[in-house]
Amino acid sequence: MILDYETLKLIWWLFVGVLLIGFAITDGMDMGVGNLLPFLGKTDDERRVMINTVGPHWDGNQVWLITAGGAIFAAWPAVYAAAFSGFYFAMLLVLFALFFRPVGFDYRGKFEDERWRKAWDWGLFAGGAVPSLVFGVAFGNLLLGVPFHLDEFLRPFYTGSFWALLNPFALLAGVVSFALLTMHGGIWIQMRTHGEITERVKGWITIMGVVAIAAFALAGLWLSLGIDGYRIVSMPAGDALPNPLDKSVEITAGAWLANYQAMPWTLIFPALGFAGMVLTILMSRANRPGTGFVTSSLAIVGVIMTAGVSMFPFIMPSSTNPGHSLTLFDASSSHLTLTVMFWATVIFLPIVISYTLWNYHKMWGKLSVDEMKDRFSAY
Amino acid sequence: MFDPTFIELSRFQFAMTALYHFLFVPLTLGLTWILVIMETVYVMTGKQVYKDMTQFWGKLFGINFALGVTTGLTMEFQFGTNWAYYSHYVGDVFGAPLAIEGLMAFFLESTFVGMFFMGWERLSKRQHLTVTFLTALGTNLSALWILIANGWMQNPVGSEFNWQTMRMEMTSFADVIFNPVAQVKFIHTVSGGYVAASMFVLGISSYYLLKGRDVGFAKRSFAIAAGFGLASICSVIILGDESGYEIGDVQKVKLASVEAEWHTEEAPASFTVFGFPNQETEHTDGAFKIPYVMGLIATRSTDEEVTGLKDIMSANENRIRRGMIAYDYLQKLRAGEVTPENEGFFEEYKDDLGYGLLLKAYTPNVTDATEEQIAMAVKDTIPQVAPLFWSFRIMVASGFLMLFIFLAAFYYNAKRVIEQKRWLLRLALYGIPLPWIAIETGWFVAEFGRQPWAIGEVLPTFLATSSLTTTDLIISIAGFMAFYTFLAVIELWLMFHFARKGPSSIHTGRYHFEKLAHSGSESHA
Repeated sequence: MILDYETLKLIWWLFVGVLLIGFAITDGMDMGVGNLLPFLGKTDDERRVMINTVGPHWDGNQVWLITAGGAIFAAWPAVYAAAFSGFYFAMLLVLFALFFRPVGFDYRGKFEDERWRKAWDWGLFAGGAVPSLVFGVAFGNLLLGVPFHLDEFLRPFYTGSFWALLNPFALLAGVVSFALLTMHGGIWIQMRTHGEITERVKGWITIMGVVAIAAFALAGLWLSLGIDGYRIVSMPAGDALPNPLDKSVEITAGAWLANYQAMPWTLIFPALGFAGMVLTILMSRANRPGTGFVTSSLAIVGVIMTAGVSMFPFIMPSSTNPGHSLTLFDASSSHLTLTVMFWATVIFLPIVISYTLWNYHKMWGKLSVDEMKDRFSAY
Repeated sequence: MFDPTFIELSRFQFAMTALYHFLFVPLTLGLTWILVIMETVYVMTGKQVYKDMTQFWGKLFGINFALGVTTGLTMEFQFGTNWAYYSHYVGDVFGAPLAIEGLMAFFLESTFVGMFFMGWERLSKRQHLTVTFLTALGTNLSALWILIANGWMQNPVGSEFNWQTMRMEMTSFADVIFNPVAQVKFIHTVSGGYVAASMFVLGISSYYLLKGRDVGFAKRSFAIAAGFGLASICSVIILGDESGYEIGDVQKVKLASVEAEWHTEEAPASFTVFGFPNQETEHTDGAFKIPYVMGLIATRSTDEEVTGLKDIMSANENRIRRGMIAYDYLQKLRAGEVTPENEGFFEEYKDDLGYGLLLKAYTPNVTDATEEQIAMAVKDTIPQVAPLFWSFRIMVASGFLMLFIFLAAFYYNAKRVIEQKRWLLRLALYGIPLPWIAIETGWFVAEFGRQPWAIGEVLPTFLATSSLTTTDLIISIAGFMAFYTFLAVIELWLMFHFARKGPSSIHTGRYHFEKLAHSGSESHA
């Protein structure tokens, strides 16, 4: 089967979305556990229980992020170049926070010393909190537009500062993702543990769920009323060779809602976001964390897709030179590369999902403080 | 436009973080297979000691693995953060193997490594062995894709420059995968990893034998490491990276540089064992040469020449001039003067565009370069010879020293007299750093020897950078240095702690310190 270029460009927008959603559902879960670690776990034993619910999984989960990064590099090299270098210190901040995770998980349990373990607990907290906040902040900034332009040879220049990224709207988006992923990690803990901690986590799920709902609603309101979107005035045909300098774009009020008006069925995504969060709180309180984990995952799908649909087909709008904005049509790789990557994904992603499920299946079971004692295979 | 300090700092940050990352990779590549061997023996014979071996060496593997994962993240971020123009210019080709590495290899390795550590009580014997095997397979496949990407930087096959998108684009995925340079590099690099893991196990086992502790455990570990190590070091030496140096022009420059061959000699060329290469005079002072040897090593023949650096440079001058013409037509095409004539000329000259771009270091416009600037660019087409010459010799010397250690270890182990050969046990213990010295100098030769190119003959390194400031880089370099030093201290401390403690650290009650503690408490009672 040979897919035409335009279709492949659209499919790759979906694939990157799938990888980001996969990352948020899997790795977001263990980052959420990290966010709760120093607060929910009162004793070292409780914190060990929490860590071990994600012990065999966090490393595989993290590969969703790495693969999403690799896929952006391969499918949208211009975005990878402009975003990673433009958000230089934000990226390094996430990277340095992620450093704490492999060593935190693996080294924490090597000694019983209390200070040693507490230090790593905070490391794991940083490894969860910083990325879950910053990824939201990054999405917020994409919606606002990023101050960058390209020269005649397509070299990207970022003209903003690191501090400009921390503006109120982007921080609000950061709160959405932080609260959502913490709720998600919470419902995972509720599902995978029994004992006192299972009861206590419910309060956190409710709080984080309510914060996420409120922040998501506020961000939506702000986006509809106070933030100008981007609209393509003219661009080459969808199957043209990618050239981000060849279109004209205007900044106009309400443009980020245009897709919802043109295709009202897409409103299902914000609805899914809200419904998923509300249901997760309800399921948690009704002691049905299994269903709650599903609804929480659906909430993540809804929230990420809400931002995606809003911006479609933009990936990285430029606030200083809107014509240089990167879209899925003009930031993508060649037809051949997109084809090769399409087949690689279609073949390998189902295999990955199969053995990941086998891993979860084999390592399933509820953990408690008592059971954690005297186990060889645990962190 | 291109501040030399900024370029040097960009390169320094990448080199530092890459060399640091590769302190942890070799052990992961090799130790996983050693664990597979140990666990296979356990599953086949049912002998408990082999399970203990798998768990103990697995524990040391885990301490190393955590930092491999940590520092590997940096590598993926860094192409985008610090080499943005590189990412744009070659992402169409270079990004694909990286993404496939994630899908095919990294998921495999990372999903199963969790089960390797956590699955002992949850999985059957055979299931657990399968998990260990898949972890090893994943780490090695990961190396395959990375080296396909790296091999393409050295010898960019299967791709073509497209003036409309202003980047390199893939023309044949098969050519990229089956790039001969990539294949050679893969074998050489993973074999190097197996050697590192073997020296690690051999050296630490020797320590227990020297101390007379946990002798049965140590001898069995020693035997596996000696056998695996001997096979691996032979593979490293026989299938040396050098066999890839005849493929592709960049590799030829590298070969001439590591041999400090300024003039083309008549075949077969002599091998300079020792000397002081001088970049200014283009001569190697005090050279001590052995006739014929280099020709044999480098070309595997007696009648093929190894091209000297001066001849390479004079050929490059012509390519720079052609590159200027290519750049001229590129500008015309990008400015909208798209005529069949302009396109035709560009096609004719575009293979030398990269050489034209070298002039950007001296004049942004390229086409107005003076004769003096062209002469400077010609000098730039070869790397600094002396550091390559020396690094290569350090690598080779370490390799042969290890060959001797593994041969002796294998021989005396087969004769079952290894415990009496204390000199060898000491040599193996203090020889643990050797594979790391060889590997790091080897990477230095491969990457420093690729200069001035980020992508061989396509994209000069100085053009590949991001639009950051020198201050940005100083901050990030300081951050990496601080964090990496902190991690190195913790890692080494844990490694020494558990290596010294030995198999007692897996709490079976069967080994030295636990038996000691046990008999101690008994005597008190």
